[in-house]
Amino acid sequence: MSDYTADEIMTVVAARELAERAGRKAADFLCFVGIGLPSTAANLARRTHARNLALIYESGTLGTNPDRLPLSIGDGILADTALTVVSVPEVFNYWLQSGRVDVGFLGAAQLDRFVNINTTVIGGDYEHPKVRLPGAGGAPEIAASCREVIVIVRQSTRTFVDNLDFITSVGFGRGPGDREKFGLRGGGPRVVITDLGVLEPDPVTCELTLTRLHPGVTVEQARAATGWDLAVAPGLGTTTPPSEDELTVLRALEATKTAPKTVSMTGPETGPETGPKQLGGQQ
Amino acid sequence: MSDAVAELVHDGDSVALEGFTHLIPFAAGQEIIRQRRTGLTLIRMTPDLIYDQLIGAGCAAKLIFSWGGNPGVGSLHRFRDAVGNDWPVPLEIEEHSHAGMANRYVAGASGLPFAVLRGYAGTDLPAHTSTIKMITCPFTGEELAAVPALNPDVTIVHAQRADRAGNVQLWGIVGVQKEAVLAAKRSLVTVEEVVDELTPVPGAIVLPSWVVDLVAQAPGGARPSYAHGYYERDNQAYRDWDAIGRDRAAFTQWLAVTR
Repeated sequence: MSDYTADEIMTVVAARELAERAGRKAADFLCFVGIGLPSTAANLARRTHARNLALIYESGTLGTNPDRLPLSIGDGILADTALTVVSVPEVFNYWLQSGRVDVGFLGAAQLDRFVNINTTVIGGDYEHPKVRLPGAGGAPEIAASCREVIVIVRQSTRTFVDNLDFITSVGFGRGPGDREKFGLRGGGPRVVITDLGVLEPDPVTCELTLTRLHPGVTVEQARAATGWDLAVAPGLGTTTPPSEDELTVLRALEATKTAPKTVSMTGPETGPETGPKQLGGQQ
Repeated sequence: MSDAVAELVHDGDSVALEGFTHLIPFAAGQEIIRQRRTGLTLIRMTPDLIYDQLIGAGCAAKLIFSWGGNPGVGSLHRFRDAVGNDWPVPLEIEEHSHAGMANRYVAGASGLPFAVLRGYAGTDLPAHTSTIKMITCPFTGEELAAVPALNPDVTIVHAQRADRAGNVQLWGIVGVQKEAVLAAKRSLVTVEEVVDELTPVPGAIVLPSWVVDLVAQAPGGARPSYAHGYYERDNQAYRDWDAIGRDRAAFTQWLAVTR
């Protein structure tokens, strides 16, 4: 087995989670993709396991199939390879809000144990925050309206916090029943994939529970990287390491970011749903 | 273009420069900087470099937006400096989600006072943004979000081309430009080229001259963003902006050159 990085196994496992869900559906499986880590994993899933995965970006590009990783949600490659391009009001109203999208795939600057997400402000108060993040973008309605939500985020005490400074997008609010109370029609978060392992909301309490670790990672490491007392599932599993094929495809995709072309993309992976690099960075 | 901006954009106006990553009207925005407009309410779903420049130049008193960052790079430092430190002037913010902003333009274009959407429920946004209210559907009793129409004093967009009658054609990612133009009291479109006839292009939309006050030719007017079919995004310029925007002195020097 070849060596792989923590980011690579995170991305590969996230791609498999997406592909597994797509595999349960015969027809096209619609995925609303956030930029950055979600976009990389979604494009990997399309190339490895999930041929029926239809990617939707908030720029209005539906059924897009980029041959390189897009730099932003409005990258021209998304329009060039789309089934169709619609306006921004249409993508949010007719496609997302209507409940047509199977899964929303998000990153996060911060999340809490109920998978509520903050991409707005950190520290201080709202008017004078310590760190001003980009804000909501499409995330609140993606989190609200998709049938289910997958989150990919690097795990640390800076990202996994006990109390969010701001709730930008709702996971389970303060626990069971809150999504129904808020009138959110989508099912909410189903799985969170990090560079340490996989977490899933407890079916009863909705609290994020560590269910799998990546090979070589310990429970103590996962606990140390979590800002609350992390629940651990009995019978904790281990993820399967990336296959040669998965790594080859992923690395080829990543290489498109630094290809010596006018479309090169060497900036850090930050985007509408990922926030500044320093918040998630472990590499 | 200089005359067009002078005619349409006045101190204290609400101004929307739209273009969703694609076709961002940079040249027009920098002309606003050169004309030293002040007290503007800037409106834009994704304020990126051009709004960082306008904010750093002191043109803006208020920003209405839904995502403020440097796409693919990181933060907008002039925006953060204005919000956090009131530099060079205080900046009031009115913050929404993309869905909320898009629907606000739709309401504005439709002549409605507000738009309704499934949005914001359970988030902290309504507590900080007075233009988000929850309402009850008179038919189903459901709780939904209401957001007021956006009707900018002036909307500026960039397009691939216009004909001599002032009809405008744009394609690729079309964003929210049509709604932003239709919602505005006045509008300016800058274009890559003026042609005799607008030949059809797959996926293109046309803004009839009826809703466009002025067209100005500005080849390359969306750089460093891109114009589908004309030129690609200058990603290096976006990365380079990080160092300029991060430092007040470097920015001030950039501003002196731009002006």
